[in-house]
Amino acid sequence: MVQAAIAAPVLIAIMLAAGGRRLPRPVVDAVATGTILAVTVLLGIVLATALRHPVVTWLGGWPPRGGVSVGIPLVADPMSAGLALLVAVLTLAALVFSWRYLVEVQAIYHALMLLFTAAMCAFVLTGDLFDAFVFFELMSVIAYVLTGYKAEEPRTVHGALNFGVINSLGAYVTLMGIGLLYARTGQLNFAAMGARLPGQDHRLVTVAFALVCTGFLVKAATAPFHFWLADAHAVAPTPVCVLFSGVMVELGVYAIARTYWATFAGAVPGARPALAFLGVVTALLGGVMCVLQRHVKRLLAYSTVSHVGVILLGVAALDHDSLAGAAYYLLGHAGVKSALFIAAGTLLNRFETLDERELHGRGLRLRASGAVFLVGGLGLAGVPPSGLWAGKAVMDEAAQRAGWWWAAPVGVVASALTAGAVLRVWLRVFRGVGPSGGGTAEHEDSETGPRMSRLPWTMLTPGVILAGGAVLLGLIPGLLHGVSHAAGLFVDHDGYVSAVLSGGAWHAASAPLHPWTAAGLVGGAAGVVLAAVVAVLGLHQPVPRILRPVIDRLRAAHSGHVGEYAAWLTAGVALFGLLLFTA
Amino acid sequence: MSHLPYLAAGWILLAGIFGMVTSRNLVHVVVCLSVTQSATYVLLLAIGYRKGGTAPVFSDIKPTGKVVDPVVQAMTLTDIVVNATATALLLALAVQVAKRRGTIDPDELRPLE
Repeated sequence: MVQAAIAAPVLIAIMLAAGGRRLPRPVVDAVATGTILAVTVLLGIVLATALRHPVVTWLGGWPPRGGVSVGIPLVADPMSAGLALLVAVLTLAALVFSWRYLVEVQAIYHALMLLFTAAMCAFVLTGDLFDAFVFFELMSVIAYVLTGYKAEEPRTVHGALNFGVINSLGAYVTLMGIGLLYARTGQLNFAAMGARLPGQDHRLVTVAFALVCTGFLVKAATAPFHFWLADAHAVAPTPVCVLFSGVMVELGVYAIARTYWATFAGAVPGARPALAFLGVVTALLGGVMCVLQRHVKRLLAYSTVSHVGVILLGVAALDHDSLAGAAYYLLGHAGVKSALFIAAGTLLNRFETLDERELHGRGLRLRASGAVFLVGGLGLAGVPPSGLWAGKAVMDEAAQRAGWWWAAPVGVVASALTAGAVLRVWLRVFRGVGPSGGGTAEHEDSETGPRMSRLPWTMLTPGVILAGGAVLLGLIPGLLHGVSHAAGLFVDHDGYVSAVLSGGAWHAASAPLHPWTAAGLVGGAAGVVLAAVVAVLGLHQPVPRILRPVIDRLRAAHSGHVGEYAAWLTAGVALFGLLLFTA
Repeated sequence: MSHLPYLAAGWILLAGIFGMVTSRNLVHVVVCLSVTQSATYVLLLAIGYRKGGTAPVFSDIKPTGKVVDPVVQAMTLTDIVVNATATALLLALAVQVAKRRGTIDPDELRPLE
């Protein structure tokens, strides 16, 4: 079942790549969408099974003997199966959106999307670290190709190249860490490595953790590894951005969490403060950069940086409740951000530009897209009962218990800045508020070919459904309990090891979560109010003069220069290692 | 066991990154990326090395003979395949950059906003 969900899209992708040219476009669309629909159903069944008891499948029938394994397991616990399902659902939305949106693409685009889905699903489901590296590279390479799909545009190829170089460099550093772990334990399997780590030289284990995490931190766009993200998101085709921002970036955080709990659990005491520090810096830096953008896709890209920082902060607390909150937050963010990208795509389709000032007042008649921007902005601000709000409330409560009083304000500031920027776009573009003009009138290709007289339903419905779903996430009965159960299994290191290596029992001690607290509601209200303030201020006042030098420095650092990004990456590895050792 | 191979791997990694940071040519950047990946080959092979061991091919030696670790060799092979894919793709992108922007000097490519 699990293998089929990964193998089916790969096989169909190969067939489409080989023979898709001769098929008419509607057939290609139908085949690709049908395949992903089937994968979604399969993964839904896998998730339902995993919620009762996690499923461990040894590929090719190579189970471990006496605690030693040479085979590769696929481990479907509720968290990994749920994430794989999220990947499939978002791909479905992106493909439906592409039907009419990307008119000029060939079957090779669909083949790439299918392979991308398969690689991401395999990456979350695998129970083997080296296998994870291979799928990490597979999904990265496909991501570079998809980013550079419109290879005629100069900005596109440049963005894709930066993305490719930095991500590959991160992946190789990860591989060095995997090598060190293998040298010590003689195993590549998360569980088997974890079983042999206690008693090893803690300095070596810490260095290995720092190296293994590097590639995942690059993927998660954690500062100072985040530079590639905005370059890639601004130029990638919109349906691809949906997958990038909605789930691919978050998989980096998932991989850190998985490696930590399955393998390192407790062996790296510095992980907690080090990851928390990176999370806070990322959340704030992403928020500030987000407010400064005028290109709508770049703005959304920095907002993703900021929110992934918040998710990383939630994971960094390294406890059950906070992880459950982070997972909930991730789910809410995926829906909202995908919907916002889809709405931005409709703008690009109508007006062939994404410059916010250029678009001033032009979206008055695009009611559905405007509604998505408003709802999305409020969702990012953390309006109850959105997924981001519920996740945030649970994370804050856990942080409070751990003595991290600063975690809640950081989250509020991040949501206020990012949501404020989105609401500013809504006010300016869809309501025509504020002074007009000042656009640089940079023309972009609309990605769609001929302009349409009306937006077709396939370009509106996915966004509306995703945004609506994400905002109502806090009301879905049982979901919070399910997430809590998933997090309970996820943090149970001993259960994971015994379930994978000897088929032992793996039970979660899940506590119920309560987002509907006074503190949670106050946090949500504060986020919404501050976001509104940021939005209104942003309309009229560009940047206070005192902050100019700082802002100019920040802008200059995000230069698009690949060598500088590589230098930042190296500095980031050194900083992360230092934090792990000193904290 | 000698520490030299590990130091060599670290050195190659740093040399590659230094090349990427100071490069004035995108093709050179991509080649430097391959250099950093070579560090992983050296590291993996060093990890699997057994003194006096032969290649792990059992057609002409007894299965009980002393061999180097085949797992890291399989990993290195996979790694080389990954490298070939990534390098080919990135070089193609560098060619496109040269065609569309008329330069492959990262210093002149700067503004992406």
